[in-house]
Amino acid sequence: MTSLISVKNLSKSFENGEVVTPVLNNLTFEIKKGEFVAIMGPSGSGKSTLMHILGFLDRPTTGQYFFDGENTTEFNDEKLAKFRNKKIGFVFQSFNLLARTNVLENVILPLEYNGATDKKASAEKALEAVGLAHRLHHLSNQLSGGEKQRVAIARALVNNPEVIFADEPTGNLDSKSGQQVMEILQELNNHGKTIILVTHEQYTAAIAKRIIKLKDGEVISDETVINRYNIKNGLVK
Amino acid sequence: MNLIKLTINSFRANRNRTFLTMLGIIIGIGAVIVIMSVGAGAQSLIFDQINSIGSNLIGIMPGYSEEEGPPASVMGIALTNLKNGDAEALKKIKHVDGVSAYVRGIESVTWQNQKVDVTYVGTTSSYPVVESAKIEKGYFFDASSDNGISREVVLGWQVSQDLFGNEDPLGKNIKIKKESFRVIGVIEKRGVRGFENQDQLVFIPLETAQKILLGINHVSLIRVLVNSEENIPMVLQEVNSILRERHGITGSNPNDFTARAAIQALDALKEVTDALKFFLAGIAAISLVVGGVGIMNIMLIAVNERTREIGLRKAVGATSANIQYQFLVEALVLTISGGLLGIIGGSLISGLIALIANYLGYNWDFVVTLSSIIVGVVFAGCVGLIFGWYPARRAADLQPIEALRHE
Repeated sequence: MTSLISVKNLSKSFENGEVVTPVLNNLTFEIKKGEFVAIMGPSGSGKSTLMHILGFLDRPTTGQYFFDGENTTEFNDEKLAKFRNKKIGFVFQSFNLLARTNVLENVILPLEYNGATDKKASAEKALEAVGLAHRLHHLSNQLSGGEKQRVAIARALVNNPEVIFADEPTGNLDSKSGQQVMEILQELNNHGKTIILVTHEQYTAAIAKRIIKLKDGEVISDETVINRYNIKNGLVK
Repeated sequence: MNLIKLTINSFRANRNRTFLTMLGIIIGIGAVIVIMSVGAGAQSLIFDQINSIGSNLIGIMPGYSEEEGPPASVMGIALTNLKNGDAEALKKIKHVDGVSAYVRGIESVTWQNQKVDVTYVGTTSSYPVVESAKIEKGYFFDASSDNGISREVVLGWQVSQDLFGNEDPLGKNIKIKKESFRVIGVIEKRGVRGFENQDQLVFIPLETAQKILLGINHVSLIRVLVNSEENIPMVLQEVNSILRERHGITGSNPNDFTARAAIQALDALKEVTDALKFFLAGIAAISLVVGGVGIMNIMLIAVNERTREIGLRKAVGATSANIQYQFLVEALVLTISGGLLGIIGGSLISGLIALIANYLGYNWDFVVTLSSIIVGVVFAGCVGLIFGWYPARRAADLQPIEALRHE
């Protein structure tokens, strides 16, 4: 099976006037279709930065990033936007829903940018998958944290992407909601969706099948999970 | 992509700010509409008044004046070089249907215990012809009154009402400046013509007015009725040459009188009022520019406040072009709707003004031209495009991750 994601000698540093801050240093790894990867590390290890690059929200300073065989480091802004739209779905820690807009319209949003037909039906289907079909017309600010995150997941799913990236998805949630969210992610992966998760919580990572650990911008370990935890047994806090 | 729906949604989400932003455009466009409409109405009113004098008339006043300038008598200078004989001499010009001469004064007119201050007009028997005035009761004085000092008077409609009410005025003797005059006729109700209320005048024979009431032997105005518009230039020339001969003016010496056709006044007036109209509209247009700057500022603030939203849109696949389009369309919808509201509001106000003017007795036309509407909408759209471009560019240039991290 060819890799979905192939990163070679990837480095990233931020420039702020004269000051150059290195964040990622010479990363090389591969992720195949259907994997459930957790990227872990302490604060400042660069895991969010890596996620942003993998999710086409940012570019590497040096090195290469191949997605499904294409060299994305050569993409212009427009092509990156297209990939953000169709190839991946991103779930943020702080949900990032549109304010003063209802659930259905929030999930339809990515469809507005690729000229899809029958947007309502696709959105409703995605919302069913996360168990929120009954809340279509509620405004986003009327939802609980867990519900908001599930809407965000539905939005990430609506274009049927190859990968779901989740950046600390349970970070702002209580344990019950966190569990619901992780159940959905596990379920998606069981059905073949590639999931890449950033977390600093051990118990969330335990649901993944592979854990990549970062420290100071470098991979310090990359291991398959032996005893994969089933989230249905409850979140261990 | 359903941009219009997107735009309307984002407006609905921020009703107050949207409306306040539109306000500048609404007022600007509304002002332009009102100015153009009121200007057109005023123009038509003025033309109407001048036309009511009779556009086939040539007016002759004493005193020289520049071709386009006001006659000396307007400045309050009384000149005495126009005589009754001048009017007589003009009667024989070809294409002339009638010539009348005028003097006037203000006096109290009394009948029994009623007293009214009127302007009295001393004129010739040709008055009804030259001024197209119809007699309602009785007669106007005839040619025999043109020489001598007959004591006849014809009343304007309002004067007759004020002095006699429902009584028949014919044959009654009224006093003008203690002199007795017999009422021989009443003129029909004519309203305001040439900016003067004709119904409040009384008419007596020219020589009577000159000798008995004023003690003068000159006239202050001569009017010549030409049979058709195309003959006016020719008649005007004849008038000039006859009067120059009678007044002994030779060679390149200037006239000591001013002869003008009403049509010349109309043209000059149209030029002046047009210039005024466009000048005022230009000022209103400047307010549109100010409104546009306001829109740009508000949109910059809006872009700033919506930074996270823009970051999110980009994160789910919006390109820079998508974002720029979105904000440009918002600016356009904002300004064009504002423009339309301004057109409606401006038309309503113009209509109200026309209503009031007509109620006050003026013949005011309510005019909102299609061209002013089109100009209004196009102008509003341009303001939206020009002043919305920079904020839209700023929005489009935002980077997704930095934008998402924004406050």
